[in-house]
Amino acid sequence: METIFYLLKDYTFQTVALGSAILGLLSGVLGSFAVLRKQSLLGDGVSHAALPGVVMAFVMTGSKNTEVLLLGALISGLMATLFIISIVKHSRIKFDSALALVMSVFFGLGLVLLTYVQKIPNSNQAGLKRFIFGQASTLLQRDVYFMAICGVILLALTLLFWKEFKLYIFDSEYAKSLGFPAHKLNLLLSFMIVMVIIIGLQTVGVILMSAMLIAPSVAARQWTNKLWIMVVLSALFGAISGIFGTMASSLTAKLPTGPAIVVIISCIVIISVLFAPGRGIVQKIAHRNNLKQLLKSEGGDRNVPTI
Amino acid sequence: MKFNHLDYAVQIEDLTVAYDAKPVLWDIDLTIPQGKLMAIIGPNGAGKTTLLKAMLGLLIPVSGTVRFFQETENSLHKLKNKVAYVPQSGSVDWDFPATVLDIVLMGCYGRLGYIKRPGKKDRDAAVQCLRKVGMEEYASRQISQLSGGQQQRVFLARALMQTADIYFMDEPFKGVDVQTEKAIILLLKELKEAGKTVVVVHHDLQTVPEYFDWVTLINIKIIASGPVEEVFHEQNLKKAYHNSGNLLKSAV
Repeated sequence: METIFYLLKDYTFQTVALGSAILGLLSGVLGSFAVLRKQSLLGDGVSHAALPGVVMAFVMTGSKNTEVLLLGALISGLMATLFIISIVKHSRIKFDSALALVMSVFFGLGLVLLTYVQKIPNSNQAGLKRFIFGQASTLLQRDVYFMAICGVILLALTLLFWKEFKLYIFDSEYAKSLGFPAHKLNLLLSFMIVMVIIIGLQTVGVILMSAMLIAPSVAARQWTNKLWIMVVLSALFGAISGIFGTMASSLTAKLPTGPAIVVIISCIVIISVLFAPGRGIVQKIAHRNNLKQLLKSEGGDRNVPTI
Repeated sequence: MKFNHLDYAVQIEDLTVAYDAKPVLWDIDLTIPQGKLMAIIGPNGAGKTTLLKAMLGLLIPVSGTVRFFQETENSLHKLKNKVAYVPQSGSVDWDFPATVLDIVLMGCYGRLGYIKRPGKKDRDAAVQCLRKVGMEEYASRQISQLSGGQQQRVFLARALMQTADIYFMDEPFKGVDVQTEKAIILLLKELKEAGKTVVVVHHDLQTVPEYFDWVTLINIKIIASGPVEEVFHEQNLKKAYHNSGNLLKSAV
């Protein structure tokens, strides 16, 4: 108990926990949109596609500053998103295929560039590798400020275009028929998701980022049938797992933060899928069994009500 | 058939649409008069839904123009409150976390424009629309629990919410039972009485004379268009369906 108390007062812990919480919150909010529009894997695609951007930024500037590297990631992430969107728009290739295509091409390019960087003398590539698996402990106060500012912007955009996003995600053609620019809404939403992914690269890395987007919203969907509650819950789940993941990794030797966060959010998902009222598996089974017993003992009503 | 050309609701000129090299619609010239209840009929793949979407500006045609009323500008941005669209109910994911009322409220989003949220007045209007389709008590129901017919009614209520002048409906009778079909057609006739124009993609040839007063037969090209009693006969149907057999049993 005492260790936890000391931990909570620790400055580095506070910084990392706050950063992870912000990341969890943002990925919870925007992940809900991604999951509802059946683009859960966009996170996976964009985060992989960010790798060549990170390496290119290093090659071109020689700097290992987080901001510079993340800017590279942002540019290549956005490029990949634009490629995916225009492939879907201008061809008959479906979203999932376009995503897989763009993602593997970009990630392959990133790996090739990484091998090239290795050969440059005086380039300790450990600084770049941290983006693949993430290294939350390298979060500085500056990084957290940056995350907070991005977070405020993203949340403000979400609130501002809440109604439009809801309409677009549910029925994009209808949104178009009402005169809303569906394509622009799509771009905006995708860019916002890309932003979150870029923010998350340093903390959880390329590979686990998609879990941060998908898991909180899948868990939240189990508990509610209202969009705004789902988004709030999802943000909450994300933030909680960010904080507890950081705690777990601080208390355990050699446990990296990113994977710890993902393990905790996965536990939340499992609990939600099993025990949530209404959609939970356990309740469904119980309900079915009860009904079976009831019908066996009493039989159904002869006049089944129809609507 | 002669009617005053100033009274058209929709006027289409030289419309050609192609997805790939093959045209889906070829050189369509069509005028839909105001205040009619019109069916678009034709075989599968004849371009019925495409015609509807092209009129709504949901896809970009190879050539041609679509004009609504006397507007010189055919931009939907200006007309979004005059044109309502009822898509096929299978076109969306009904597991979306929303209530029936939420969906109906979407009908006023175009009128509200950006940022503004629907208020109490809009909520009341939405309940009114639900009452018209007989789904009032389902307002707070989760949409994943609706049956096919109920989904169709919810979409209809959403279109009514727009208080438009023209209604485009893509197979509103698909997968609904007789009772719902009768309820929907009554509603459409009410809209017509109120001077609205209703365009419906329809499949069941037998019910055309009973339900509609205007009909357009298409198969890539326009085969015929006019009052039901004038153009809805065996010859035109054979042309549209490339079929020599009897398509109509007792009708006409």
